[in-house]
Amino acid sequence: MSEMMTGADMVVRALQDQGVEHLFGYPGGAVLPIYDALFHQNSVQHILVRHEQGAVHAAEGYARSTGKVGVVLVTSGPGATNAVTGLTDAMMDSIPIVCITGQVPTHLIGSDAFQECDTVGITRHCTKHNYLVKDIADLPRILHEAFYVAANGRPGPVVIDLPKDIQFQTGLYARPTSSQHKTYRPTVKGDLDQIRKAVEMIGAARRPIFYTGGGVINSGPHAAELLREMVRLTGYPITSTLMGLGAYPASDRQFLGMLGMHGTYEANLAMHDCDLMICVGARFDDRITGRIDAFSPNSHKIHIDIDPSSINKNVKVDVGIVGDCGHVLEDMVRLFRTTSPQIDKPALKEWWAQIERWRSRKCLAYRPSSEVIKPQYAVERLFAATKAPVNRGRETYITTEVGQHQMWAAQYFGFEEPNHWMTSGGLGTMGYGLPAAIGVQLAHRDALVVDIAGEASILMNIQEMSTAVQYRAPVKIFILNNEYMGMVRQWQELLHGGRYSQSYSESLPDFVKLAEAYGAVGMRCDKPDDLDAAIAEMIAVDRPVIFDCVVDKSENCFPMIPSGKAHNEMILNEYLSEDAQDIGSIIDEKGKMLV
Amino acid sequence: MNSQTHYPAQTVSQAVHRHTLAIIVDNEPGVLARIAGLFSGRGYNIESLTVSETEHEKHISRITIVTAGTTNVIEQIKFHLLRLVPVHRVDDLTVNGEAVERELCMVKVVGKGDHRVEAMRLAAAFGARTLDATLESFIFELTGASDEIERFIKLMTVVGLTEVARTGIAAMSRGSESL
Repeated sequence: MSEMMTGADMVVRALQDQGVEHLFGYPGGAVLPIYDALFHQNSVQHILVRHEQGAVHAAEGYARSTGKVGVVLVTSGPGATNAVTGLTDAMMDSIPIVCITGQVPTHLIGSDAFQECDTVGITRHCTKHNYLVKDIADLPRILHEAFYVAANGRPGPVVIDLPKDIQFQTGLYARPTSSQHKTYRPTVKGDLDQIRKAVEMIGAARRPIFYTGGGVINSGPHAAELLREMVRLTGYPITSTLMGLGAYPASDRQFLGMLGMHGTYEANLAMHDCDLMICVGARFDDRITGRIDAFSPNSHKIHIDIDPSSINKNVKVDVGIVGDCGHVLEDMVRLFRTTSPQIDKPALKEWWAQIERWRSRKCLAYRPSSEVIKPQYAVERLFAATKAPVNRGRETYITTEVGQHQMWAAQYFGFEEPNHWMTSGGLGTMGYGLPAAIGVQLAHRDALVVDIAGEASILMNIQEMSTAVQYRAPVKIFILNNEYMGMVRQWQELLHGGRYSQSYSESLPDFVKLAEAYGAVGMRCDKPDDLDAAIAEMIAVDRPVIFDCVVDKSENCFPMIPSGKAHNEMILNEYLSEDAQDIGSIIDEKGKMLV
Repeated sequence: MNSQTHYPAQTVSQAVHRHTLAIIVDNEPGVLARIAGLFSGRGYNIESLTVSETEHEKHISRITIVTAGTTNVIEQIKFHLLRLVPVHRVDDLTVNGEAVERELCMVKVVGKGDHRVEAMRLAAAFGARTLDATLESFIFELTGASDEIERFIKLMTVVGLTEVARTGIAAMSRGSESL
């Protein structure tokens, strides 16, 4: 089934053949032929963003909530450079994205033409792979290959840089084939001997813990199901990274909450004291391990990851299994069932008793207030509202920006299902949440999509309010407004003597009026007693809402593992500490270097 | 180190080894930039790099990279190289037994009288070929192991060396096994 058509038509046809329904983009000179081709069809809906960074984040939200590839179309030069932050974000968090960038005509490449930039050069390090198309004959293959590379193995962003003259040229289009890629064939099935060894170790463990991450989510809902089965079969405790939340239900007794820098007391201490760590689709990031030489010193470690370079990168493990989490877990569950190893029940009971003692510290408790809204309280009430009878049966998706509010969202919002939590973990991109929420909402029109935001982060991509209004995406922007770049301020307290250099959010807009200016709904709440009613009203509105939740200005995010410290050296909310401590004196000089 | 710091006194230091990697890649635009960029972006060293297309009809190139790092770093380098889409395979020639390693150098020697005679004699002693000769200069070509080339260049410096060009190392594993 081959047909002659122009390069621009090939792009649109390839998107259709790949099952793309939504395309996030912004037009410009070097992509006009593609925009013209889009004009003549209806099956691919183009979503006009207001900034190319927003296009990539929206595609990320779309991809992460659906499991499909997110698709972006931007012009050359500034269109491409504006997309770079989003591409890097997708690279760090392993999100499948195909980004088509326009380029100046091939005969002008290298001449510093108008809106020319070296897109493949600039994006080489922030994409999984990229292509510059110089021959129309290569275009169909590259278009289909891009989707394959983005989605297979460890997912990531792929850029296709398409010069304008190629868009006008005519060539032979070919539909995607199922033939193997000549070089890129990631391992998905794990080595059975290694899995057998891992199952033996799991059976023999006395103080085990599952430590799971975004890889489980990327592997698909089936992997999350198998993870749940494995965890329940063993009766072992489980903790999750920021990116992995939702793979295992937060409400389950066996779930210890998130681990890492702002993880729970019980999760971090269990990681430190365990004798077997079963890492599934996580990558021993520095926000997880803390001080690396004191990280879980007495444990054997099993690591399942689809990317061989993640194994033994930061932490040396005893059994490394290269493969897709879903496939490996399937083999693991099967082997565990057939071999049914004798679990050391008394040891496990003692381990759980220890974990319950840690849990009884209630590390997420905070000083309540009837005067001001505590940010933790705001997230708790938002969570409760989504569980209210009126919202029963309605899916809830949460996105966040980056900072204190992001950590509070991770700590106080309970995620029960995978693909319902979208946040910028690896790159930590302020401005991620609003466009991501729009991407999620367009994929799930009837769902409740809330961007838990900070007043500083939200301003980084506030222009996407127009997109939300234009496409009637009723996203709810729930701003925890403390008038500070909260996490910066917290670090300045910890590291720089409380000198709040440039971290005060001066001259903030009136968020209610701002929402109204965009044609959305603005709300403000500053009293704990009014909060529940206000949140209910926000959820009930079928339009985009900016909710300015005025919270305690001085609250810090705890628990916390300070830089250069180990998991068992956490600091807790001073409300919980036996003796109040000066947080400015906790990190030593060398720790300050680490950030 | 004072007692206030929570860092251990000893630092874990691993020995650094030199490894020669043979990387088989699709010869497509930018492939060398991808590989060089991987090394610079992740802070690895390139001591020597040679590249040329080896199978014209399939557009396959063989890249030989000499790098140095701890065992851990070398492992990471190999895995990261394999992540690149145009990379077919990566072979660590150092791990797979002592490989044959050769490089080619050209040296230009300028001088008259005794220096000129001595340069001729040294070149003959090393088995270098004479590629060009004028009344005041020679260009010699020598192929050999890197340390032999080093010795040759050092000696030639004394007798009027003015310019050196080296190809970097090409390497192949010994025995009947092929890539």
